[in-house]
Amino acid sequence: MNALISSALFGVFLMFVGLFVKNKQSIKYFAIAGAIIAFAANLLDLRLTETGSTTLYNMIEVSRFSVLFNAVAIGATLVYFILCGSSFAKVGEHVADYFALIFFILAGITLASSFSNLLILFLAIEIISIPQYILAGADKRNQKSNEAALKYFLMGSFSTGILLMGIALIYGASGTFNITEIGLGTGELHPLTLCGILMMAFALSFKVSAAPFHFWTPDVYDGSPTVFTAFMATVVKAGSFIAFARLFHNAFSTGALSQHWILIIAIITALTLLIGNITAVFQQSVKRMLAYSSIAQAGFMLFAIIALNATATQGIILYAAAYSVASIGIFAVLLKLEDYTLDGFNGLAKSEPLLAFVTTVFLLSLAGIPLTAGFFAKYFVLAAAVQQGGLLWLVILAVLCAAISVYYYFRVIMAMYFKPGTPQVAAVSTGFKAGLIFAVIIVVVLGVYPNILLNWL
Amino acid sequence: MLTVLLILIPLVAGLIAFGLKGAGARVLSLIASIATLAVGIGAWLQFRSQGAESLQFTAEWIPQLGSQFNVGLDGMGLMLCLLTAISFPLIFITIYTRQYEQQNSFYGLMLLSQAGLMGVFTAYDALLFYVFWELALIPVYFLCSMWGGEKRIAVTFKFFVYTFLGSLLMLVGLIYIYNQTHSFSWSVFTSLTLPQGEQSWLFWLFFVAFAIKMPVFPFHTWQPDTYEQSPTPVTMVLSGIMVKMGLFGVVRWLLPVLPQGAYMWSEVVMVLSIIGIIYASCIAMLQQDIKKLIAYSSIAHIGLMAASIFANNEESLQGLQVQMFNHGINIIGLWIIVEIIQQRLNIKNLNEMGGIATYAPRLATFLVIISLANIALPLTNGFIGEFLMFAGLFEYNVWFAAIAGLGIILSAVYTLNMIQKVIFGEANSLTSTITDLKTGETISLSIIVAIILVLGVYPKPLLELVSQTTAWLDKVI
Repeated sequence: MNALISSALFGVFLMFVGLFVKNKQSIKYFAIAGAIIAFAANLLDLRLTETGSTTLYNMIEVSRFSVLFNAVAIGATLVYFILCGSSFAKVGEHVADYFALIFFILAGITLASSFSNLLILFLAIEIISIPQYILAGADKRNQKSNEAALKYFLMGSFSTGILLMGIALIYGASGTFNITEIGLGTGELHPLTLCGILMMAFALSFKVSAAPFHFWTPDVYDGSPTVFTAFMATVVKAGSFIAFARLFHNAFSTGALSQHWILIIAIITALTLLIGNITAVFQQSVKRMLAYSSIAQAGFMLFAIIALNATATQGIILYAAAYSVASIGIFAVLLKLEDYTLDGFNGLAKSEPLLAFVTTVFLLSLAGIPLTAGFFAKYFVLAAAVQQGGLLWLVILAVLCAAISVYYYFRVIMAMYFKPGTPQVAAVSTGFKAGLIFAVIIVVVLGVYPNILLNWL
Repeated sequence: MLTVLLILIPLVAGLIAFGLKGAGARVLSLIASIATLAVGIGAWLQFRSQGAESLQFTAEWIPQLGSQFNVGLDGMGLMLCLLTAISFPLIFITIYTRQYEQQNSFYGLMLLSQAGLMGVFTAYDALLFYVFWELALIPVYFLCSMWGGEKRIAVTFKFFVYTFLGSLLMLVGLIYIYNQTHSFSWSVFTSLTLPQGEQSWLFWLFFVAFAIKMPVFPFHTWQPDTYEQSPTPVTMVLSGIMVKMGLFGVVRWLLPVLPQGAYMWSEVVMVLSIIGIIYASCIAMLQQDIKKLIAYSSIAHIGLMAASIFANNEESLQGLQVQMFNHGINIIGLWIIVEIIQQRLNIKNLNEMGGIATYAPRLATFLVIISLANIALPLTNGFIGEFLMFAGLFEYNVWFAAIAGLGIILSAVYTLNMIQKVIFGEANSLTSTITDLKTGETISLSIIVAIILVLGVYPKPLLELVSQTTAWLDKVI
């Protein structure tokens, strides 16, 4: 609740900051302060959850889960501001507006983690999406950026339409928008229900870039300014996942209803894993590789949606944190390089040992090597799926795909450490290095001792 | 507490070593590895006086998962920890005068891999075991890729992907079993009795991971290239200690947890192992590259050990454990000699060698003794282990024992052939420039030969150490 209010207020506040503060680099500090305050305000909400969750006007439910997820999302955004904030000015004139848009997205994410009404779900998805269309096209003199924005907007609004249609059908079948009261699946199944669930599943699969609804992802992530791709591919994706998981775990798991959609989502998961991982192998540009890797990682997060148990809930939070921090870190390093191809990384370990080291840790985390956060993230989602039962084929497919993922993540490590070359690296400030080390510490601490996060649940 | 120190000393020293400049890392690693050895010997004494329980250490780790930081030592674990603790100082003494680029990282990574290995051999919690299993691999990956031969990057990567895939399959198996037990503790794992059908496929999830690490035919294709391309100190770690992780994994985590699965598939595994023995021996006979020759001989030896695990009787398991230790010592000795020859002459081809005995008599003597131990001549340490393993195999199936026995004859053929080509014959212009052993090299080889002879004549301490570790065997049969 506080997170929603504070991030919306800071969005408006930063638009005004743009009018009065002329030094573009200092706007970053307002944003960082804003994120810190929003983080603290969000934790104050824990008061409301001492005696279970609190529901406001049947619209928003403040639970420990939502507060914790908001903390992860705002925390990841804070890391993002610290690491990438100074690159905003390279994109265009309206630096303050970009920060404002990101705060608005954050407001949408806080809604996504706590909606208890389908209308709020729709609002959340829209608030998350619309600022992204603008950010994708922020580099307005660049054709690729324009193409990305247009593609994203057309495809995105189409899928939002399908989501709305799904909501309407579910309302038709159940007569309520409230996700806890929908309660379908106990009596005889109405065709409207199935159509509605399918439509919502497809629309949300689009938002989280699950195959076969992923075709927009590589072009949009590749075409958008890199600094915004870093946000879109991480925190935003986690936010969409939380909406997906919340909807399907709360609204569509009553009675025997889950029997009807688990197999469909399982097939989507399998496709996402295969397509994301196999295509990523063939990429030469690291930025595009990260776009496909984000599809592959989405495949793992989908496990948390199929598995309806507490392990999955813990898993999705851990996955969101591990994946966001590690990816933001890699994008931040990428922003400092001139050449986004794999060859651009050649010899980085010699010229910038710290950058190479942190990138290695982030890549190991994405690959799911123990002692990094990525391992426990993968562990929890896979364990949740095994616990669910009947999904062992999918789990084995997933570990085979994880082995494939090692191939493309390690190609970057090999380029940095084992290949000679002189990479073109922009000047790296001490603050930036400190930020990277902070991110590495988060990744390693979560990898050794995931309870730090889970104890809050 | 001693058990934790075994992991902690190399871990901390390894992390510090990264930050040191010049010779600091080298000195630190030598000191740390000797300290680890001292702790290892302390643990052994405590084990003898107070038993295995006194070496257990448990702390909370992730209560949500029912996983604890639970380490301890039984006879087999202690034996392998001692092997690790002895090997690292030997390696560090041998390479003490060598210069490596970025020395601090080299020594740091070596120590981290030691910490990982110690963790694997002490873990009594399946999740912890898995974490250490991976932790031992990552430093070795970087060591091979940065300091290896020309084709190192591709070769090491193949090795990494192979083993990583194996471990992921094991992870699925662990999760599946955890789902029944809701605890990762070894004692809970072993008290679980799964239905036969489940054990049958779970067996392969685990076995593939261990078989890749050992390696057992047909999972061995990464091994010869990796041994050849790795810097020799890393090859020592890989072939002396790391392959034991696979054997250890089977004895600790596979046989007691999935006894029926192991029983069902024992013949299949044994046939694979025996194919591996004959196949690797035949290739070793034709090898002209000394590093590859030793690599293939290692596959043959490991094949015999893998076969004897699945013979399911006490002799073979005892013999296996004794042989794990002795094979580690012997093969590290062989690699030290290879390292010395390569360092001095920069050749690997057997046909270019010859006549070394004339110019480096001490080196030649050590090579002969260690090679004879490697083919298990009586009065060397290799004999007792192989004898027990064959006794066990014989009890299981006479034909298997007979065919596997061919491996011994073949190993004599290629080893003696190697000795002949390396040290006897005419010296050429290159080999006549060889200088004899330096102090550090003499010390490490003397220690190895001392172990070989002492354990060859008096293997009782080793046999005693591992005598209690097969208590769960009744359940298997």
